[in-house]
Formats: sequence, structure tokens, C-alpha cells
Amino acid sequence: MLDKNQIAQRIAQEVRDGYYVNLGIGIPTLVANFVRDDIQVEFQSENGILGMGPFPIKGEEDADLINAGKQTITALKGASYFDSATSFSMIRGQHVDLTILGAMEVSQNGDIANWKIPGKMVKGMGGAMDLVASAENIIVAMMHTNRAGHSKLLKQCSLPLTGVHCVKKIVSNLAVLEIANGKFKLLERAPGVSVSEIQEATLGDLIIEGEIPEMTF
Amino acid sequence: MIDKTVANVQQACRGVEDGMTFMLGGFGLCGIPENAIAELVRLDVKKVTCISNNAGVDDFGLGLLLQKRQIKKMISSYVGENAEFERQMLSGELEVELIPQGTLAQRCLAAQSGVPAFYTPAGYGTEVGEGKESREFNGKMHLLEHAFKAQFSFVKAWKGDTAGNLIFKGTARNFNPNMCGAAKITVAEVEELVPSGELDPNQIHIPGIFVQRIFQGAEYQKRIEQRTVREPQTK
Repeated sequence: MLDKNQIAQRIAQEVRDGYYVNLGIGIPTLVANFVRDDIQVEFQSENGILGMGPFPIKGEEDADLINAGKQTITALKGASYFDSATSFSMIRGQHVDLTILGAMEVSQNGDIANWKIPGKMVKGMGGAMDLVASAENIIVAMMHTNRAGHSKLLKQCSLPLTGVHCVKKIVSNLAVLEIANGKFKLLERAPGVSVSEIQEATLGDLIIEGEIPEMTF
Repeated sequence: MIDKTVANVQQACRGVEDGMTFMLGGFGLCGIPENAIAELVRLDVKKVTCISNNAGVDDFGLGLLLQKRQIKKMISSYVGENAEFERQMLSGELEVELIPQGTLAQRCLAAQSGVPAFYTPAGYGTEVGEGKESREFNGKMHLLEHAFKAQFSFVKAWKGDTAGNLIFKGTARNFNPNMCGAAKITVAEVEELVPSGELDPNQIHIPGIFVQRIFQGAEYQKRIEQRTVREPQTK
């Protein structure tokens, strides 16, 4: 079973040379720590920066330089700043190559729910609806089950949706899966996790074809 | 050059009344019009609608207007980190319309550029799309979204000149340029106001035509919401 850092490490393998990448809050943010040093990648934060760098060294924080999680950041050499409408032109216009975000639920037809739990405080969708509606390549980073042990990979989402038919790939603490013909297709197992354990943790329809390899790091 | 300067924030906010709709720039507490917000609190205008990506924190930003119950309705994309907001929303005192962030920015831009409405895929198939006109383009469904209508835009820039030309800094730019010229009156506050002619025309982000009033703000706090740092040797 993977921890949050290992999920991020596995997702980092999906990041290719020359990609512009938008990282959501939570596990996706950790992906930046694991991207290979020998490829060129630029991180976009939808509040208005391309070429986002690591957190600043203490004493160098700048109130005018934050990411979409409102954390202080730095800008790498060659970075650019822009307004919010331009930022979402990059997203809506499909200029961003890869979007990585978290989810509360994903359904087997690629629907995603990650912004609202009825009856609880609703904080808002931020940029998530724009991102999932427009991105061509979306990877979801998530735990396979919730704290009560219930599957988060479902036939149909029960929570209010963020977007429909948009998720392409999922990396969970148990497996790598893709959405194929309205079903979850199992691609890889986490080290030490069996196919039957994944089957048991998946409420949606699961396609298992042939031998399922273990993830490599 | 047409002089857009006003002497102070009091003059900049002249004409503000109860029940109006305001646009306010900023993302979190980054790039918010601190001086205008303080003046709106002092004026005690009531029942206002605020179009702003976020709603501040309890003791700063739009949270200050919430504390005095001046806001009737918030139109935002994300409103976490504010206990008073939550209380007013749950008790029904405060009306809240949550909309996708890109749609929020584009509705500002549409108002600025005289486009009454536009189609976007964001929110299709979700509760954001309920009751909205939808249409297929290139095999994909889109929602019709309308330009905002507001009486005042309050924006904050880094530098400005007396002609109303503006330059923003870092990610404090965010919604500020999109809200310029998107309301009947745009009030720009800047950290440094210079005579027209002193800014390089090549470097101007927003031309003065989109700004009606400009003043140099006082005592910027520029609070940091999430102070995150790393050890010197780490990546």
C-alpha cells in the first residue's frame, strides 16, 4: 500500500519532458518533489504563475508571490505572471498538458466529485470545475477507500459532481487504473497489494486483463 | 493626459451606496484593495453584493465587511478560512453564489470588453449548470454564462500613474486587471503613484482608459495567509 508521497512519486512518472502541469492541492502538490531532474517541466498555478518554484527560504517570503493554495512560493528563472482570465485561457484552451488533482469520488465513466459534501460546510470549487471540464489529460490522486473503508471508486458518484466524463487515469494507494469503455481498467498494483484486495476495494466495475504488474519506482 | 487622481480613499469611494454590487480584486489576501475595503467598512454601506474570488479571513480583507454584516451576497469561487462567513452562510443571513474560478474571471473580462455572454464547458453536468442554457460545440457541452454587472470595481496595483495606467506585481495581479473597466466606476489603489510619463508604456498591464479614479494607498499590511518555507539546502 502506498503512502501519500509514494502516490505522488508514481504520478511523477507520468510527467513528460516539455509538459506544462497544473497541480491541485494535497497529494498533487507533492508530485513536484519527484519529477526527474533531466526533463523540462513548468508548473502552472491558476492564480497566475507559470514556472512555479519551491517554497522560499525563511526570510524570503513575498506576500505578492503565492500559489493557488495561498502558500508562499518562489518563481524559477524564466517564470511568468499573468491575470486570472489569461490563466484560465491556458486551462480552458487546453494549453496545459497535464492536470493532477485529488478526488472524494470517481465513477467508472470518468465523473469526478471533489468539491462539496452536502450538509457540511461548502467552501467552493475554486478552479477545479474549469480544470476538469477542459483538461485533455487528467490524473486523479486519491485514497482508494475513505476512512470508514468504503470504496471511492464507484459505479456512480453519490456526491455533487465537479465534472462529467473527464478522468483518464487514477493513481490510488492500491493501484493505477484508467477509465476504459465506462469501466475501471486495472493497470498496476501497489507493491504487496493483491488483485483481489483491489477488487474488494473497488465498488465500480473493474476490468482485469492478464497478469497485473506491480508498480516500479 | 487625463488626470485620474483623487486625493484620498474617501474621494475614491464617493458615490458608494447601500445595495450596490462591487467587484474586488485579489486572490486570498494577495493583491486585495486594502484601503478601499477599510473605507467601505468606515462608510458602513449595507446590503452590498461582492464579486470577489474569496471572502478574506475573519479579521482582514472582506472578512471585515462580514464582521459588520454589510454583505448581503457573495459571488466567489472559494470561501474557506473564515468562521464568520460560515456562521452567516449557515444561518441564512448571507446569500452565497459559488461559481468556477475561470468562469468568474471570464465574466469579469466579458463585462470589461462588452461581451454580454459566452459559452464555457466548466460546470456542465454539475449543479452549477442547473437552469442555465447549454449548447454543444465540437462535440462537447457548454454552459452560457453572462457578463457581470457592477457599480464599482475596487482593484489594487503595484505602480500606477496619474493617467490611471497600472502595473501589477507577482501573483498579486490575479483578478485585478480583469475587473478594471468591468464596473461603471473603477477605483484603483496603488503602492506607488507617479506622474504620467514616468512609467514605460511597454510595461503597462492596464491602460488608464479602464480606470476612473486612482490614489496611492496608505500603510499596506500585505498579510500572508499560509507562510510556507523550506530549509536552505532542499530542492
